[in-house]
Amino acid sequence: MAATHTATSRPGLQVAVRDRRPVRRYLRYCGMWLVGGLVAAVIMVPLLYAVLDGFKTNGELVGSPALLPNEWVTSNYTEILASGEFWGFMANSVIVGLISVGLVVTFSSFAAYVLARFSFRGRELIYTIFTLGLLFPIAVAILPLFVELRSFNLLGNPLGVALPQAAFGLPLTIIILRPFFRSIPRELEDAARVDGCGVFGFFWRILLPLSRPALATVTVLAIVSTWNAFFLPLLVFQGPEQWTLPLGVMNYSDQYSSDWARILAFTTLSMVPAVVFYVIAERHIVSGLTSGSVKG
Amino acid sequence: MATFTPQRVQSASGGRSARWLPIILLLLPALVLYAAFVLLPIVQGAYYSLFKWNGLQPLTNFIGLDNYAKALGTRQFTNAVWNNAFVIILSLTVQIPFSLALATYLNARFPGRALFRLIFFLPYVISEVITAIMFYLLLQPDGMVNSVLRWAGLGGFVQDWFGDTALVMWTLFFVISWKYFGFHMILLLAGLQGIPRELSEAALIDGAGRWQAFRYVTLPLLGPTLRVSVFLSIIGALQLFDIVYATTRGGPLHASDTMATYMFDVGFIRSQMGYGSAVAVILFAVCLVFALLYQRFVLRRDTEGAITVAG
Repeated sequence: MAATHTATSRPGLQVAVRDRRPVRRYLRYCGMWLVGGLVAAVIMVPLLYAVLDGFKTNGELVGSPALLPNEWVTSNYTEILASGEFWGFMANSVIVGLISVGLVVTFSSFAAYVLARFSFRGRELIYTIFTLGLLFPIAVAILPLFVELRSFNLLGNPLGVALPQAAFGLPLTIIILRPFFRSIPRELEDAARVDGCGVFGFFWRILLPLSRPALATVTVLAIVSTWNAFFLPLLVFQGPEQWTLPLGVMNYSDQYSSDWARILAFTTLSMVPAVVFYVIAERHIVSGLTSGSVKG
Repeated sequence: MATFTPQRVQSASGGRSARWLPIILLLLPALVLYAAFVLLPIVQGAYYSLFKWNGLQPLTNFIGLDNYAKALGTRQFTNAVWNNAFVIILSLTVQIPFSLALATYLNARFPGRALFRLIFFLPYVISEVITAIMFYLLLQPDGMVNSVLRWAGLGGFVQDWFGDTALVMWTLFFVISWKYFGFHMILLLAGLQGIPRELSEAALIDGAGRWQAFRYVTLPLLGPTLRVSVFLSIIGALQLFDIVYATTRGGPLHASDTMATYMFDVGFIRSQMGYGSAVAVILFAVCLVFALLYQRFVLRRDTEGAITVAG
């Protein structure tokens, strides 16, 4: 091979490929950290300002470049946490999220099971119809959806958000689960059949447990998208007692428009659940978006 | 338990109705949900768009395609379309190359890489509205960014970031990129990790420069992932709503309207549901035509799983 030939005749090149000298390696790391640090700063600085501005008074905050407060005012945070309003929004987000994620993961795994492991006429057509949904964001259907939900009397009802949200989550979930379900060896299914497992037994006792990584991934993705949803809740929920966190933040910022410190404190607190969740589930999110779960 | 019972195997895959029953039972919930809340509204929207309708009265005032003619002749709508196009162009020329550069960066081996990945991807989980409101305050005329600029002696760069009609789309693009570059970065990183390192190492040994190895070995192999990333970026830009609504509501003077905020404005604020539906159908048509063309000319080579991460 040409490669080996060149490598032996020009040994210096080996260094370019994999550098084993500690000083140069250390310099290279410093360069990497510098680049990474710059990008990380662009992400973290706004967040840090939001967190720390919540501890300031408005007089100190407006027009000031300082990051740290002169005097730590905790009343913004403590008043929000004591108000009950914040916890109400959080509870609503959790309720909508549980219903929506539960539905989308359950229904998608049923459908993906059939689409992956049964052969029947029309299968690819049904799969294509589901995948088409990926092209149509919820915005496209939101006006008639509103009219439909109104006629079903679902406005102001958590189901009014959870059901459509689950429906619009089906395409991505099915697309991720199907290849995973498909990759489980045929022999396993035959063996299970021989041992007396029916269609449902195989699904419940073998397929689902084996697909835990893929299920974790689609669950996490569904949680992120429902938790952050805004457009549909904006139309469906009609009062503070129904609002989810994004709506709560939106209305809070309208209501206290000049009280920046308070809005930023509220914004920060609303971020906490998502950030905590992220730190715990990062592995699943990343592996979900990366090849692992998609290819099995 | 494990005795071989051929009759059982037979019955499990046996008669016609027994074979179809589980298929129907398992598909039905997803199909019903999907038909009721995705397919039906899209069809209904197309129907509503042919009427002059305020959303409450019976549908009687049939006006054919007038709503479409009106939309295409309205300056505010065409401007909204242009703004969507603006975000698409910048996403493809700035955001995706930037994400690719960072993905390449994270694909190298160095200590601290996991921490950087954790930070870069963090904005993906923070909701659009929270992101938008945070930046809206930080970018106010007296907000943190301008204060820091003044403090650093760069007072000449102070701007009314969301209040200047010429600047507002650039500001929004920055916020959008802040939120989404990590998502594309992770997709592309996954693609890169699927490419055996030996390939570019072999190219380096063969005398290729680092750029050449990237351009002629890595980039073509990254094609499928890149195409998915571009696709998702365009579909995302077409439906842009949350971040714009939570900051400018399409203002100032409609300078930051997108198709979705315009549709919300006419449909819900001005109660022109028929006209709003026509705008939605146009948005739908744009997505569909784009997707079909993209499928036909770009994704053709990446068959199954093309929509997700192909690998």
